[in-house]
Amino acid sequence: MNIEDNIILKISDLSVSTDGNQILNGLNLTVKKGETHAIMGPNGSGKSTLAKTVAGHPDYLITSGKIRFLNKDLLSMSVNERSNLGLFLGFQYPIEIPGLSNTAFLKAAINAQRKFLDLKVMPANEFLLQLKSTADQLGLDQSFLSRGVNEGFSGGEKKRNEIMQMLMLNPKLSILDETDSGLDIDSMKVVARGVNSSRSEDSSTIIITHYERLLNYLVPDYVHVFFNGKIIKTGNLELANELEKKGYEWLVQKK
Amino acid sequence: MSTQQNKEINEFLDKNYEFGFTTEIESETLPPGINEDVIRIISSKKNEPEFLLNWRLKAFAYWKTLKTPDWSQLNINPIDYQSISYFSQPKQSNAPKSLDEVDPKLLETYEKLGIPLHERAQLAGVAVDAVFDSVSVVTTFKDKLAEAGVIFCSFSEAVQDHPQLIKKYLGKVVPYRDNFFAALNAAVFSDGTFVYIPKGVRCPMELSTYFRINEAKTGQFERTLIIADEDSYVSYLEGCTAPMRDENQLHAAVVELITLNNAEIKYSTVQNWYPGDEQGKGGIYNFVTKRGDCRGNNSKISWTQIETGSAITWKYPSCILRGDNSKGEFHSIALTNNLQQADTGTKMIHLGKNTKSKIISKGISAKKSQNTYRGLVSMAKGASDSRNYTQCDSLLIGNKSGAHTFPSINVKNSTSVLEHEATTSKISDEQLFYCQQRGIDEEDAIGLIVSGFCKEVLRELPMEFAVEARALLQVNLEGAIG
Repeated sequence: MNIEDNIILKISDLSVSTDGNQILNGLNLTVKKGETHAIMGPNGSGKSTLAKTVAGHPDYLITSGKIRFLNKDLLSMSVNERSNLGLFLGFQYPIEIPGLSNTAFLKAAINAQRKFLDLKVMPANEFLLQLKSTADQLGLDQSFLSRGVNEGFSGGEKKRNEIMQMLMLNPKLSILDETDSGLDIDSMKVVARGVNSSRSEDSSTIIITHYERLLNYLVPDYVHVFFNGKIIKTGNLELANELEKKGYEWLVQKK
Repeated sequence: MSTQQNKEINEFLDKNYEFGFTTEIESETLPPGINEDVIRIISSKKNEPEFLLNWRLKAFAYWKTLKTPDWSQLNINPIDYQSISYFSQPKQSNAPKSLDEVDPKLLETYEKLGIPLHERAQLAGVAVDAVFDSVSVVTTFKDKLAEAGVIFCSFSEAVQDHPQLIKKYLGKVVPYRDNFFAALNAAVFSDGTFVYIPKGVRCPMELSTYFRINEAKTGQFERTLIIADEDSYVSYLEGCTAPMRDENQLHAAVVELITLNNAEIKYSTVQNWYPGDEQGKGGIYNFVTKRGDCRGNNSKISWTQIETGSAITWKYPSCILRGDNSKGEFHSIALTNNLQQADTGTKMIHLGKNTKSKIISKGISAKKSQNTYRGLVSMAKGASDSRNYTQCDSLLIGNKSGAHTFPSINVKNSTSVLEHEATTSKISDEQLFYCQQRGIDEEDAIGLIVSGFCKEVLRELPMEFAVEARALLQVNLEGAIG
């Protein structure tokens, strides 16, 4: 197999600014198939900026660098094209769309993807069955499916909803931006189980988090520490445990 | 952006008003202008009884004393009433007795509009009256309805076949003295739809009328009169389209509904008259008076309207809640794009005891359009223990559109309760980004967000039309984000 075929995401020398502030400074990151990467780091170090830039949020200006996704030039693609190719962003603050039911929204998303892939619309009963079993898996009540997208959801419900969407869309790469923030222990376990169930040899996950707790459930292959818009250290779960005890100061000072 | 995507977007933006074609059909059209002779000609062409001609002439005499009203929030080019033709009908020697006798070109026109008039090809359970310019060309399922005792026919036929009903009810809810356009309509109305549901009958199918303006330089002035006798029920839907023309065309209709004891009328409108082009050239002036009289105790009238077309929409479907315990509802979606203007809302006039009304208004404004909700809730001294709930939401798309709200409340007793809620929101960039991140393109995302915003109203539509209405909202939002 060509080595390129094994790479899901390759970020080279990426610099990004927003509102005139330089946030990412020459970032490099490669994610291979089947890998789980965790990104940690102090507030303002550029973690969410990375997530939004990869997803194509219009507020982020790329000043240099390249991103390849599934061996294609990601930066030339529209936001929905990236999604349809298999990129999923779990939002830190999921957006409310009042009146539009969760079901209708997901149906539109799945059929947009299928249209992009030249597949027929998913039959309604197949879709509903899959949706119900996914909701069950995440401990979400059926009534949840007919409620407006994130409308009046609790913090935990919003995050579970993101994971439900992820499982339904079956992405190649999921970037979960602080999916664990605001979750109680039980919700976190449910979310972790959901993420673990989606892991496969073909798909990869990037988890942005402040806490080792979620990582203890997910056991990432790599843990990266962000500072000033680039990676200053890479390790494994032990590094996350160390950070939990010592904070970031020692790394930053060493730097 | 890929070339494929570019192509798709261009095709999307180039997609114009779908119903803008004209039908090449020989018409008999009166020369432009309005005077007593014109009214006499219209009346005699329709072989009307004298009481009707006299009523028209009185309306005309009154109209001449009026000035075009200017209290609305609208910018209207002056209308030259002498340059409009007040009557146009497809040339056909005799009134068709059955579908086989209808000019195939007419049938083709309605096919193109997605309204097949062949009964076998029809949506199950929907009877249609098709009005082309000034006349009704065909009404389907008449026999089946007649079995149930339901009268569903063109207004002209009703004048011939049921003059006693016309005499009893015409102009009783919207008198010709009501307003400028109601007076004009009374003077020159040419056709429309008549429905009578007898006592104790639940109409066995949905009734609908499709209005089509075809001829240039004509106006359309139709009247609809629906009477639901005691303990009866009917659901009625009207749809409207017109060709694309550079000039503004006037549509001044009157709709009167009457419910007797325990009767219910559900009246739905999907209005998609030609809205004019992006520069605001052409389009229909839609100046309509619609009113229902809940005359009987425990009766109910509900209006549902999806207003997406017309250069200018000016209408306030209203309810007079005369009977005790009667109910009035108004569910409205008004969508304006480009340079469209809409000034719409309702009046709920509570007269009877323990009457209830509900108003749900959803205004969506895109590009440089202006959208106004104007409403009146009035509770008379005798309307004790009455209730009203009003919810008035506006959604703005882009930075150049406008939403305006003018609610009036007038309560003359101390036992009634009113609630009024209003919101104004914008489709946010974050909502669009969220949808797009889930793979949905921008246009579809706007459509989804708007349909969510309109949910409470869309679910009021009969099933067959809810899908059509959603599609219509989507089409009319094309290019809304420029």
